[in-house]
Amino acid sequence: MDDYGTESESDYTSYWRDWFISLRGNEYFCEIDEEYLTDRFNLTGLNTEVQYYQYALDLVTDMFDLDCDDEMRETIEKSARHLYGLVHARYIVTTRGLAKMLEKYKKGDFGKCPRVMCNSHPLLPMGLSDVPNLKPVKLYCARCEDTYNPKSSRHASIDGAYFGTSFHNILFQVYPTLVPAKSVERYVPRVYGFKVHAAAALMRWQDAQRASMRRKLRKMEVESGFKDNEAEELEDDEGEEDEEDEDNDVEIDDDIDEAGEEHPGQLTRYRGAGPVTIAGSGGGASSVPSAFSGDAHMGSVA
Amino acid sequence: MSTSSGTPESWISSFCSLLGHEYFAEVSEEFIEDDFNLTGLQNQVAMYKEALEMILDVEPEEDEEDEDEEEDEDEEDVSGDVGDGTTRRERRHHSRVASDLSVIESSAEMLYGLIHQRFICSRAGIQQMAEKYELGHFGVCPRTNCNQARTLPVGLSDIPGEDTVKLFCPSCLDVYVPPNSRFQTVDGAFFGRTFGALFLLTFPEYDLSRSAAEAAASLGRAADEQGMINGMYACNIAPGLGRDKIYEPRIYGFRVSELSRSGPRMQWLRDKPDDMSLLDEARRYHAEHDDDEDSDDDHSRSTRYSRRSTARRRPGGGGARQRQIQRQTQNGSPMAIEANGAESEL
Ligand SMILES: [Zn+2]
Ligand SMILES: [Zn+2]
Repeated sequence: MDDYGTESESDYTSYWRDWFISLRGNEYFCEIDEEYLTDRFNLTGLNTEVQYYQYALDLVTDMFDLDCDDEMRETIEKSARHLYGLVHARYIVTTRGLAKMLEKYKKGDFGKCPRVMCNSHPLLPMGLSDVPNLKPVKLYCARCEDTYNPKSSRHASIDGAYFGTSFHNILFQVYPTLVPAKSVERYVPRVYGFKVHAAAALMRWQDAQRASMRRKLRKMEVESGFKDNEAEELEDDEGEEDEEDEDNDVEIDDDIDEAGEEHPGQLTRYRGAGPVTIAGSGGGASSVPSAFSGDAHMGSVA
Repeated sequence: MSTSSGTPESWISSFCSLLGHEYFAEVSEEFIEDDFNLTGLQNQVAMYKEALEMILDVEPEEDEEDEDEEEDEDEEDVSGDVGDGTTRRERRHHSRVASDLSVIESSAEMLYGLIHQRFICSRAGIQQMAEKYELGHFGVCPRTNCNQARTLPVGLSDIPGEDTVKLFCPSCLDVYVPPNSRFQTVDGAFFGRTFGALFLLTFPEYDLSRSAAEAAASLGRAADEQGMINGMYACNIAPGLGRDKIYEPRIYGFRVSELSRSGPRMQWLRDKPDDMSLLDEARRYHAEHDDDEDSDDDHSRSTRYSRRSTARRRPGGGGARQRQIQRQTQNGSPMAIEANGAESEL
C-alpha cells in the first residue's frame, strides 16, 4: 500500500491505477481507461468535489511530479482515491466500463448472494446514494432484486457513491439476456411441520401480489421471467380458490418445493417442463393453462 | 479431549467452544439423562452407548473387565512390558480409546447434534438460545433493509447430512448462508426446521427489528402497539418488510418500469400490507365465502384446539413427545394446519 509513495515520483511505469485496484479491499473497482480520465469532459464538476483536484488527477494519471512533504503527499493521495471513486461511478456506466464490470461480475468478484434460495447468485456493487460520504457500498442481487451488506468490513467502508444508484440497473438494461430467471422458491417457517399461521397468511398475501403482477404483465405481453410455477399462477386468472386448495393439499412434511430443498429429480423435471412449453407456444398465453393443468402443481408433486 | 491436563472441562462445553460451534447451546446433562428425550436416536448413530458416555464424560463401564481381561493380556504380551495394576488399567483404556476414538468421537458429535435439535425446542434449551440471541451470537441479517436484525440458526432439514446450518431472519422471514465459511461445515439438522419458528411463537415480545445494540439500549417496548394478528403481535410480523423496505430500482433517479424486461419482479417477496389486519380479514372472508372449505376449517379448528393443550407442554417435554402427540392430533390428515397462536407460555 505504501510502496507506491516512495517510488512513484521517479518511476512512471508504476501506474497508480494498477496499484489502487490491486489493493486489498478495492476488489470492487475496475480500472478506468487512461483515455477516459484524460478527457476533461468526463470530469465535469469534479474539480469542486475534490481537494487539490489537479494534483490528485496528476497522481491518478501518473503525471504527478510535485515535490512536497509527506503530509501534503498523504492529503493528495487521499484526494486521488476520492477522485478515482467519483470518476469510477461515471465510467462504469459507459460502454467500456459496463463491459469491464460485467467481466468482474461473471468472475464473481463482488461475491455471492447470501440468500439461500438464490443459490449463490453473483452480486453487483451499488450505492444507495449518488452523493459521496452518505452511505457505504451495498451489493445487489439480480435474482431476488434486493440489496445486502458486504460481508467484509474492508468493503463495508467503501463509499457507495463510487458505484452509484444506477449502474447495476443499467447493466441489465444494456444486457437484458443477463437478467436471471426469477424463482418463487422460498423459506416457509414451520413448527413440527406446521406452518406458522401469521407467516403463512403473509405469504399468501404476497403470492396474491405476485399473481396480480404476473397477470398484469401477461396482459401487457411482457415476459415475467419466472422459471417455475408458471401454470399455477396463470390459472389464478380464474379465481383464488385454486391456489388455496393447493395450499391446503400440501402435506405436513412435503414442503420440498416451497422450501427449496434439494430434490434434484423433481426440480429438474420441473424446470424441464415449464419454460420450454411456454416458449414453444410463442407467448400465446391463452393456450398455456390447459397444457399445464395436469402436472405442474408444485404442491401436489409428492 | 484431554481432560487429564487439569482443566475439568466437560465434553459438551469443549464441543461448544470449538471454532464454528458458536451457534450451539450447551445441552444440560439432565436433558440427556432423560431417556425419553433420546427416543429413537439409538438407531441413528454408530456406537450409541459409547458416544453417549463420551458426551456425558462417563468412564466406560468396568463390568466388562473380566471378559476383556484375556484380550488385555494378549495385547500386553505383544507390547512386552507390563507394569503394576494401575498402569495396566490405564493402558487398557488407552488402547481401547485409541482404536475407536475417531469413530466414537464422530458418533458423539452426531448424537450431540441430534439431541441438540430436540433440546433447543425444549423450555430450557430455547431459553438458553434466547440468551444467545440477545447477545447477538447468531449474527445479523445481511439484507440492507433489515438493519442488522438478529438472526437464528436453523436447518432446512431435520435429517443429518443434507444441508448445512442457515440463518433465519425473523425480520424478513428469509434464510441466509452464514457469512463465515467455518459454519459451512456445521450440519443444519443439529438445529432443525422447528427451532426458528418456535422461537418466534415462544417469545412474541422480542423486538425483532432491532439489532443487539439497540435492544440493549432500551428493552421494554410496548409490543402490543397494534395488537395481535394471527397469533403474533402485528409489529412483529416481518418488521423488515413492506413499504419503504423494498428495494426500488432506479436509473438516474427514475424508477425502472415493471414493463421493462429488466424491471422489478420480486418486490412481492419483500412486501407486506400497510394494514396488517388485512391478513386477518382475508382469512375470515375466505372462511365465510367458500363452502367447500367449511368442513376443512371446522376440522382444523378442532385440531387446533387440541393442539393448544399440547403447545403448553411443548417447551418442557423435548421433541419426541411433541411429535408423537402431534401425529395423533393430526390424525393422518394431510392438511397444512397452521400453528395458529400456539400460545407458548414462556
Ligand atoms: Zn439474491
Ligand atoms: Zn432479514
